Amino acid sequence: MAAVTRTRGSRWVLRWLVLVVVAIYLLLPLLAMVEFSTRGAGGTRSLDAWRGIGEDDDLVGSIVASVELAALTVVGMLVLLVPTMTWVHLRVPAMRRVVEFICLLPLTIPAIVLVVGVAPIYAWVTYLVGDSALTLTFVYVVLVLPYAYRAIDGGLGAIDIVTLSEAARSLGSSWFQVLVRVIIPNIRGALISASVVSIALVLGEFTIASLLNFDTVQVVINLLGKRNAGIAVAVSVAALLFAFVLLVVVAYLEPRRRDAQEDDTTAVPAPQEARS
Amino acid sequence: MTDMLAPAPARTRPTGSATRRGAGRRLTAYLGVLPFLAFVTVFLLWPTYIVVTGAFQDDLGRFTLSNIQAVVSGPAYLDSFLVSIGLSLVTAVLGAVFGALLAWAVAEGRPDGLLRRCVVAASGVLAQFGGVMLAFAFLATFGFNGFVTLLLADTLGIDPLSGGGWIYGFAGLAVVYTYFQIPLMLIVFLPALEGLKPQWREASDSLGGSGWAYWRHVGGPILAPGFAGAALLLFANAFSAYATAAALISQGSPLVPLQIRSALTSEVVLGQANVGKALALGMVIVVAVVMTLYALLQRRTSKWLR
Amino acid sequence: MTSRTDSPTTTSEPPAPGGGVEVRLVDLRRSYGSVHALDGLSLDLEPGELVALLGPSGCGKTTALRALAGLEELDSGTVMVDGKDTTRVSAHRRNMGMVFQAYSLFPNMTARDNVGYGLRLRRTAAAARRRRADELLELVGLGTHATRYPHQLSGGQQQRVALARALAIAPQVLLLDEPLSALDAKVRAQLRDEIRRVQREVGTTTLFVTHDQEEALAMADRVGVMSAGQLQQIAPPAELYERPRTAFVAEFVGLTNRIPGTATDGRAQVLGTAVPLLEGSATSGSVTVLVRPESIEVAPDEQGNGRVIAPTYLGSLGRVQVRLHDDSVVLAQVASHQATELTPGTPVRVTVRPTPVLAIA
Ligand SMILES: Nc1ncnc2c1ncn2[C@@H]1O[C@H](COP(=O)(O)OP(=O)(O)OP(=O)(O)O)[C@@H](O)[C@H]1O
Ligand SMILES: [Mg+2]
Repeated sequence: MAAVTRTRGSRWVLRWLVLVVVAIYLLLPLLAMVEFSTRGAGGTRSLDAWRGIGEDDDLVGSIVASVELAALTVVGMLVLLVPTMTWVHLRVPAMRRVVEFICLLPLTIPAIVLVVGVAPIYAWVTYLVGDSALTLTFVYVVLVLPYAYRAIDGGLGAIDIVTLSEAARSLGSSWFQVLVRVIIPNIRGALISASVVSIALVLGEFTIASLLNFDTVQVVINLLGKRNAGIAVAVSVAALLFAFVLLVVVAYLEPRRRDAQEDDTTAVPAPQEARS
Repeated sequence: MTDMLAPAPARTRPTGSATRRGAGRRLTAYLGVLPFLAFVTVFLLWPTYIVVTGAFQDDLGRFTLSNIQAVVSGPAYLDSFLVSIGLSLVTAVLGAVFGALLAWAVAEGRPDGLLRRCVVAASGVLAQFGGVMLAFAFLATFGFNGFVTLLLADTLGIDPLSGGGWIYGFAGLAVVYTYFQIPLMLIVFLPALEGLKPQWREASDSLGGSGWAYWRHVGGPILAPGFAGAALLLFANAFSAYATAAALISQGSPLVPLQIRSALTSEVVLGQANVGKALALGMVIVVAVVMTLYALLQRRTSKWLR
Repeated sequence: MTSRTDSPTTTSEPPAPGGGVEVRLVDLRRSYGSVHALDGLSLDLEPGELVALLGPSGCGKTTALRALAGLEELDSGTVMVDGKDTTRVSAHRRNMGMVFQAYSLFPNMTARDNVGYGLRLRRTAAAARRRRADELLELVGLGTHATRYPHQLSGGQQQRVALARALAIAPQVLLLDEPLSALDAKVRAQLRDEIRRVQREVGTTTLFVTHDQEEALAMADRVGVMSAGQLQQIAPPAELYERPRTAFVAEFVGLTNRIPGTATDGRAQVLGTAVPLLEGSATSGSVTVLVRPESIEVAPDEQGNGRVIAPTYLGSLGRVQVRLHDDSVVLAQVASHQATELTPGTPVRVTVRPTPVLAIA
């Protein structure tokens, strides 16, 4: 089978060549960050920069603020999207296109543009609600709309929510009960994905926070970079790793893709009933 | 229609005497979407409106074309558009090519393997989470005191990267941007690649096609719209990006987003208060055109890869 | 997973259609880890013959077919086509037409371009290619659909185009892997006849994989029954049904009762009747006899050897389940009027007709 093994071999070589080259390109900067953040005086290694993370009050404060902001954004996103999308699916299908269009709109409006338009509105927000960084929640909910919408739409599409809710309604549930007892448990996976994407986006967001002058973690890291690059780099590595772990965990929570199984023509088939 | 027998009011179309109640119910149904609409109106539609109308208003709110004129005729502004578009173009092409190769290498493996999950997760982080931190990553690698800069100086005794200064120029931006474009390409392109059915390859083989024939006549044409669409998405992504450039470049404003930054943060020049909005409008137009093309191509692909 | 070389095709002109070739698979072996997908499979196909491979899920049918197509590597064994050893020839040089279960049409090409693909690779002139493609589309009854894309065709139509595409290259061998399983019952029966008709017309040696016994029995010249990577028996449909060689074949094809009996010199005593034994039977001592429902007679009898449990009325005929006095249950085929008369609880006498049966120890 000489011909066969040779071509299989060349594909294999090409595949690993690509993987290794891209891996180097993508991992080199991360390794450089680790190296950079562990530099000590006179060519020694030291963890001072890493220890510095906990000692910098501005940084710790901003981390707390950003985490709170992420949590609030997730809550806001869920409260805004889940009932609305369920309702639209069930009662006003005519509005589906509209809601979809609005939710995907932020994809064509860069954050830097949004901030231009939102700045005058935040003058009012600050006046009415106060000037805490947590007020960013409003605009962050808008920012995560496209990603959250896609995740939740996928979840709703995968179950037959019309039949489910009609069954529940015929058994005497109120709309609220349908939502809480029937819909939400059935799209839990989608809600988790939507939440994780939102968390990642909020923790990584810089544009709006910086231009509206709120001290979130990214803004503080950026300032810190000018003052103490070691700590800034160390906290960047930590944040990237944290996000990576978060996404790996989510990947394992998600059910295995259905069509991946379908395509596998040689998957172990279920034992067939004996014909006798 | 017997209303009493209808178990749930949900999808029964009202007829006859039920029409009035039905219409009322329909109205209530629309009311359910109201909170959502109210929210997006205040925080999405209104800001968009402010940008679009503001671009055509002077400092006192009167209609004018002077902002647009300033952008079109001011060499700094126009240049920033050209540089932004050029940078987006270069990094979209580089990101698309290398990202597609990476996607292919990943798709060759097991669909639920560890490699695939790790690459996808890492791509998610780098493509959407990076921002400021990517700027630091590159400073730590290629900056004046960067790992690679020092390594080259120490081992080779040379300084081919001219002390890390290049990183603040076009080349540096291109490298940094490509760094988040490749992972984005992977995320966008992997599903299209996995939509290729193994049967197509086998059918082509059994009909006498070599690997090259398959890619030329079947695999290539099927993926082409998806590839082009993904490249457009990458273009829009690079064009909209702000954080990395802002963290890297604190003096000068070679890119449109950085021009907007200085319009927002610097002293307002009399009569120029709304130039930032005109710049923003320009960005929206570019991105909207690109995203529309993207959506059209996407529709084509999904028809084939159903 | 599949074997392919990337050099351009330079296959010689395909043989003229009509002349089927002989195919021999000799002792094919292929394992995936500890699973023996093919465990010494040998199978011969006569020129122009349609052989159906039948067997339970996972018994290696697809693997056998793909090995013949060159899409699956073999651990050992030989594939002979038209007297030539093709074991090491890669798939795109074997000149075999393959029809897959589903989704195999190229979505970016019209029906006509799909059918013409193989000819295009063979550098056939565009006009000739088009003529041949239209001819074949006509043959499968889709002459008017030449410019449709796959997503504009129904599942049955897609499979017909796939068949036309496979036939277009005038393949030496036609390979069909459950081409009908994604279709509904009616389209399936119709397409089944059509495939048979087309195959007869073209005369290509054909291997057809299915796990639907009705399909296999209805279409094939000979049916091969596979189990666990091996061929159990290959025979014309009637012989397979009437003279099964192994218990597996007897029970996999059609319905079978297992009834205890005793065997002596070529015959078995079953329920008071001496029946002749088939080749391959156990020939002495206590045996289990495999009897078809239609070889069992049931008559009302107060002094009988069983009682009716449940009659089933099936229209043109009926079936009756009877519990014998030794507590075993047998299934008999009866005339439909009998099925209505034999109410549950009726005492009956069950006997066996003296048709040849298989006995196992
Ligand atoms: N690529 C593979 N990797 C691992 N095991 C495989 C592979 N392909 C086939 N097998 C195993 O080999 C055995 C035979 O598979 P094959 O697909 O030939 O069965 P089949 O008779 O076609 O079944 P079905 O009727 O379900 O299509 C099965 O046990 C299957 O799990
Ligand atoms: Mg199979």
